[in-house]
Amino acid sequence: MSSGFVTLLYKELLRFWKVSFQTVGAPVLTALLYLMIFSHVLESHVQVNGVPYAAFLIPGLVIMSALQNAFANSSSSLIQSKVTGSVVFVLLPPISYVEFFLAYVVAAMLRGVMVGGGVLAVTMWFAPVTFAAPHWILLFIALGGGIMGTLGMIAGIWADKFDQLAGFQNFLIMPLTMLSGVFYSIHSLPEFWQLVSRFNPVFYIIDGFRFGFFGVSDVPPGISLAVVTATFLLVSAATLALLRSGYKLRS
Amino acid sequence: MPDAMSVAVSISQVEKRFGSLRALAGVSLQIAEGEFFGLLGPNGAGKTTLISCLAGLTRPDAGTLSVMGHDVRSDYREARRRLGVVPQELVFDPFFSVRETLRIQSGYFGIRKNDDWIDEILANLDLTAKADINMRRLSGGMKRRVLVAQALVHKPPVLVLDEPTAGVDVELRQGLWQFIRRLNQDGHTIILTTHYLEEAEALCERIAMLKQGQVVALDTTRNLLARFSGQTLNLRLAGGPASLPAALRARASESEETCSFHLASLDELEPLLATLRAAGCGIDDLRLTQADLEDVFLGVMQESGSAQDAAR
Repeated sequence: MSSGFVTLLYKELLRFWKVSFQTVGAPVLTALLYLMIFSHVLESHVQVNGVPYAAFLIPGLVIMSALQNAFANSSSSLIQSKVTGSVVFVLLPPISYVEFFLAYVVAAMLRGVMVGGGVLAVTMWFAPVTFAAPHWILLFIALGGGIMGTLGMIAGIWADKFDQLAGFQNFLIMPLTMLSGVFYSIHSLPEFWQLVSRFNPVFYIIDGFRFGFFGVSDVPPGISLAVVTATFLLVSAATLALLRSGYKLRS
Repeated sequence: MPDAMSVAVSISQVEKRFGSLRALAGVSLQIAEGEFFGLLGPNGAGKTTLISCLAGLTRPDAGTLSVMGHDVRSDYREARRRLGVVPQELVFDPFFSVRETLRIQSGYFGIRKNDDWIDEILANLDLTAKADINMRRLSGGMKRRVLVAQALVHKPPVLVLDEPTAGVDVELRQGLWQFIRRLNQDGHTIILTTHYLEEAEALCERIAMLKQGQVVALDTTRNLLARFSGQTLNLRLAGGPASLPAALRARASESEETCSFHLASLDELEPLLATLRAAGCGIDDLRLTQADLEDVFLGVMQESGSAQDAAR
């Protein structure tokens, strides 16, 4: 692989790292506030799968923050460079569309992991978190970040204006992540909504991720892994097809 | 026309439509290695679209383009390594300093440890003192220089400048041209689009004029000027343009205050003045000017306009 990819990845990492107070610090603080408020209100009332509520909530907040920031990374980078015109700097060099895709997605994934790690580091002191199967934790955060980074690319390529991107984020990404079991087990839902949740791929990311901590989950982690991997491959194929066609980038 | 061995840029039958707009209607051009080539035309003539096709930013509907023998589609990596483009818009990445911007741009082309060359470009463009300043804090003229520097990080043999001096002050413009001229003397092929025709006249050896996506003139600057050689006589008549004798009216182009006549040679001057004298027309002011590229440009645009009208 030519080092055009390495530099583009480095640039994407440097871009968010230079404003890490806002891109890493802020989501960590938000997650901490969620934890303090929800666990304070619900701790004495709720246990999920035998796990105290605050402990149950922590992996949910970690992965939710990771997913939202992975999406934010690739989408905001693309829309900013499109709106300012600086996208031309990455379109003129000899970088293939596959390298272009990988650089943005890997950068998004790494920001997701970094934010998730930050959230875990500050929240794990508030409740007894265990690490039953760490490889599942890493696998699901990486794949989840990959899916969201890829969706972020689609949104960033498609949107011409910031408000279109905000629409994508608020009306698709936010509901998908919030209604996927971050704050609850889907077994606590009415049957109809349990069924709806099973069509949400983000549910499988969160469920599989949580299995890595507690060794219990709503569906077997192998099934979650299959769904999440298939989703990642599907959205990746769609994004690669967009990039190959030059849609909105090379008129 | 350059011979096959020394072609830097080859553009063949390139067509591009944006919806119902025919931006390029079968453009063919060959630009030789080491040439200083001008691409002129009114707004919307297709200049930027043509450059975008060459740079791979726009995909043509038909035709082929190559840079130093490498097709811009099928062999895009090699073509892009040989092409530097200074875009028309003043774009920059607000996250980085000048040096970071140039290092990153080098990396995109697969070049690590490019600091010696970056320092040389910075010095040539008078940017050394600004190397560690964030792009956001630079003036418009400075940002323009960084764009030129970015186009040069990978030492491309072909450099395209799309309206590089739009909105740039005179001092910077002069400095920039000195540098570009030196690059050209060192063997770089330069392709320039500009609205400043005196710049094109002073710099370009050969010029293509585009109108409505078609090449309407393609020749050396000298031949183009010779085609519209002669002088223009500008007269301010004591009685205003209305006092011009009927016999001369057909030949004159009138403005509010002056009447202008195109003279193929100075021999035409005396009979014209004699006609005025005979008609008792007083002259307040008289000026003779040489034809310049602006006259050529207007002439070509008019000719092609009437040719296109006739073809309809």
